[in-house]
Amino acid sequence: MEWETVIGLEIHTQLQTSSKIFSGSSTAYGAEPNTQASLIDLGYPGMLPVLNREAVGMAVKLGLAIGAKIADRSVFARKNYFYPDLPKGYQISQYELPVVYEGTLDIEMDDGSTKTVGVTRAHLEEDAGKSLHEGFETMTGIDLNRAGTPLLEIVSEPDLRSSAEAVAYMKKLHSLVRYLEICDGNMQEGSFRCDANVSVRPKGQKEFGTRTEIKNVNSFRFVEKAIDYEVERQIDVLESGGEVVQETRLYDPAKGETRSMRTKEEANDYRYFPDPDLLPLEIENSFVEKVRSSLPELPDAKRERFISDYGLKAYDAGVLTATREMGDFYEAVVKASGGDPKLAANWVMGEFSGFLNKDGVEIAEAPVNADALAGLLKRIEDNTISGKIAKDVFEAMWAGEGDADTIIDKKGLKQITDASAIEPIIDDVLEKNPQQLEQYRAGKDKLFGFFVGQVMKATKGKANPQQVNELLKEKLKG
Amino acid sequence: MSLSPDDVRHIAHLARLRIEEQDIQEYAGNLSRIVDFVDQLGKADTDAVTPMAHPLEMAQRLRDDVVTEENHRDEYQQNAPATEAGLYLVPRVIE
Amino acid sequence: MHDKTLAELAAGLKQGEFSSEELTRHFVDRIEARDDRYNAFITPTPERALEQARAADRRIAEGNAGPLTGLPLAHKDIFCTRGVKTSCGSKMLDNFVSPYDATVVEKLAEAGMVTLGKTNMDEFAMGSSNETSYYGPVKNPWDESKVPGGSSGGSAAAVAARLAPAATGTDTGGSIRQPAALTGLTGFKPTYGRVSRYGMIAFASSLDQAGTLTISAEDAALMTQAMAGFDERDSTSAQESVPDYLAALGQDIKGLKIGVPPEFFDEGLDADTRKAVDDALDVYRQLGAEIREVHLPHLDLSVPTYYVVAPAECSSNLSRFDGVRFGYRCENPKDLLDLYERSRGEGFGAEVKRRVMTGTYVLSAGYYDAYYLQAQKTRKLIRDDFLKAFEEVDVLMGPTTPTPAFGIGEKTDDPITMYLNDIYTIAVNLAGLPAVSVPAGLVGGLPVGLQIIGNFFDEGRLLNVAHQFQQQTDWHRRLPEGIE
Repeated sequence: MEWETVIGLEIHTQLQTSSKIFSGSSTAYGAEPNTQASLIDLGYPGMLPVLNREAVGMAVKLGLAIGAKIADRSVFARKNYFYPDLPKGYQISQYELPVVYEGTLDIEMDDGSTKTVGVTRAHLEEDAGKSLHEGFETMTGIDLNRAGTPLLEIVSEPDLRSSAEAVAYMKKLHSLVRYLEICDGNMQEGSFRCDANVSVRPKGQKEFGTRTEIKNVNSFRFVEKAIDYEVERQIDVLESGGEVVQETRLYDPAKGETRSMRTKEEANDYRYFPDPDLLPLEIENSFVEKVRSSLPELPDAKRERFISDYGLKAYDAGVLTATREMGDFYEAVVKASGGDPKLAANWVMGEFSGFLNKDGVEIAEAPVNADALAGLLKRIEDNTISGKIAKDVFEAMWAGEGDADTIIDKKGLKQITDASAIEPIIDDVLEKNPQQLEQYRAGKDKLFGFFVGQVMKATKGKANPQQVNELLKEKLKG
Repeated sequence: MSLSPDDVRHIAHLARLRIEEQDIQEYAGNLSRIVDFVDQLGKADTDAVTPMAHPLEMAQRLRDDVVTEENHRDEYQQNAPATEAGLYLVPRVIE
Repeated sequence: MHDKTLAELAAGLKQGEFSSEELTRHFVDRIEARDDRYNAFITPTPERALEQARAADRRIAEGNAGPLTGLPLAHKDIFCTRGVKTSCGSKMLDNFVSPYDATVVEKLAEAGMVTLGKTNMDEFAMGSSNETSYYGPVKNPWDESKVPGGSSGGSAAAVAARLAPAATGTDTGGSIRQPAALTGLTGFKPTYGRVSRYGMIAFASSLDQAGTLTISAEDAALMTQAMAGFDERDSTSAQESVPDYLAALGQDIKGLKIGVPPEFFDEGLDADTRKAVDDALDVYRQLGAEIREVHLPHLDLSVPTYYVVAPAECSSNLSRFDGVRFGYRCENPKDLLDLYERSRGEGFGAEVKRRVMTGTYVLSAGYYDAYYLQAQKTRKLIRDDFLKAFEEVDVLMGPTTPTPAFGIGEKTDDPITMYLNDIYTIAVNLAGLPAVSVPAGLVGGLPVGLQIIGNFFDEGRLLNVAHQFQQQTDWHRRLPEGIE
């Protein structure tokens, strides 16, 4: 039987506010345990929550960026369950009335196809603390620094049909929240976490199959692997006559498999009800408009502009707009060099990105900034150096040896464009290779490349290749 | 509506309350009386009524995003039954 | 000294008849000597009180005193008090020392009031007789075999026995007004949101409101002036300005429109209590008020509505007491579930457990709509009845309780019988309105109260209406036998 995969993603993004969603504690990552846990975060008796304006603004920002509706009235509810990292015994979340609903996100697949994915809702809630199991033999340690960190949970429609689509959606959202500067996107630190709802159904069937929820998969690669594993598992279960059990599963990256998380405990009954300590969140139009005016250019718009303004190919424009930093860097290079945008694109995507990856550094920390790279591109365009030499110069720049001009000067890499300097070298090459010269003149045209190579070698690559071509053609005519 | 001893056990578990076996019957009786009593709400005609969560018709006030809290861990943990290395301790949680 | 109102004591302090330290010492000694009989205090704080009194005397000498500076009071043990055990009447918090002050505590301390100690109460404010306290029942100073009412029973007994000239309380379904009525005090519950809930251990967040138990309405005005006002730490705190309550007290009430809902005078109302209320209404007639019948047709839904809403909220509010960060933890928990179930099972008393389970039940899957959602709708009907009534009248009046104080142990067998004691007070909390109970007579030697309900944020008028009655009567100045 042919099966169809159905996936919906719930993505928890930690909002990069300074303080927590309901308290004035810092949200900074990595502090000593419980040093950023105030009486509110600890759920002390008598403590009351007061909502952070910035968290609401960030939720609205996301909503506007995905063309969603912003609820003029939304409600905070309590999700009741007991767990040691949940201090109050309930999580403040939004249930029936979320702040953002009915948006869409367009994803582009590697084959160039695009797809519009529905975003059901995005709601504000508080994060839980952390349970630490290492270091205590029979005990678990609880750190509540993270408790109360604002989360925006972004829930997609079950529109995704493959792990590749799921990853494309996740990457797109990851890029978007960073563009919007509402989430730092740091997946190692748990700032961007994904739960995947996965089911399969016979192709053509309308009804959804029974789904499982894979919790907390924190890398793009793992999401892909976890979904692929889970789809295979469900198909195996169904094809061997079994039934998929609706449950929560955990992905084990070491084993590359998902396993059931459900202990013998009861099914959850969260007893949601409106939080009586908080009043309805009413968002006025003026607030929305203020947020709208603060929106940066969004990835899709930027991509379109790169295609039309710089004549880039869609794929290249996509790569260069994948992050806000990359797009900004590219545009700074184009502006400073004043030259060919395509050349700039090739260099930013090629050498520059290659070195970033190799050294594992961010654009902001790169030893070559936009002005420096533009300085190098100028020398290519004015024929001071060839593209090939430019790569050596770039490497020296990355190593901190100075700007392009300094390095070209110091190393004597300036291109030879003086015909009177190149001609004797050509003569010399022809003289040293009489056999090849004879063969060429006998009609073996392919040997032209050999002579170019020899000349370039003799000039250590500094001769202008085009000029070499022209002069060589003349000489070979005899 | 009357609650059975099993209903009481289920609710007590949801609420994480240990109820001794010999007291279950009494709780079942009392809770059934209470539930019977509140069941009379069902007779009220509320079809056209919007639910009221709160006595005051006010909207949520928003706070500026400013860090105002300082570290008082040691003071706060004086009330804690068990701590070590700044962490609150509970019996090992198996995930 | 102890038979004086706050206002009178303030005058004494001002005229230098006595110092705050002398005054405080007097009450400290009374608590020491007499509280064994009533069990009104869980934690007396004599040293702290005397220290605060000396500071108040310095303030008075420097000329920086406010109207409350140097006056002693007792706080219900539901208000978090920095450095002092704050138990909420529960074994769960028997070892809990609050690291911070509730807004109410902070504001009254800033006003210069002296804290004599923390008073007994029903566990987590769940009760109408003070019999659910982990620290034992409180005895009514009018008759020690009777309950003082609850949940602010310790505060009521403390003031009734003149162990403190005034006390704070909280009122979720009548927990200030009912004990005030049963102990001959003026019990005032302001509008929901008028006084901050920050630091007040929550029972039912949408109903809880802090208020006062005092000898007179004038004293209630004095204290409320200091307690009321917007608090940015409480999202449900009202951003309404606080008028001058004392200034409102002098006003003539001629032409005041008093609504009397017949629903308050049902078959459960004791005949003598009814007569006391009727007599009180006559006093108002003589003052030139106009009395008319108004209806609260959904009043009969208020107790069942309350017993869905309040348990639902409390079941969630009390989840934080889990034996992890503060409060009681059971011995040798074998695993996490055992830790939770035994810490909570052993730390909470029977009534708290009943209400937590009731709340858990009405919120649980399959029952939410029938109970919680329905109760939110009937709550709206009840509130709308009041709004309609206030289109016609300025205040509403009726009895505070159906009967005078009942015997200790008399109503503990059946929760519903106990719940029905709050039948006249509960609707006010559901609507969020301000109300006051004033002493209106003695029935068989026991006090009964007249309840006066005001419109939202109309505390000034409400207190004046109570005050005018107290200018004509002396019920509020009567003392139990033996409290000379």
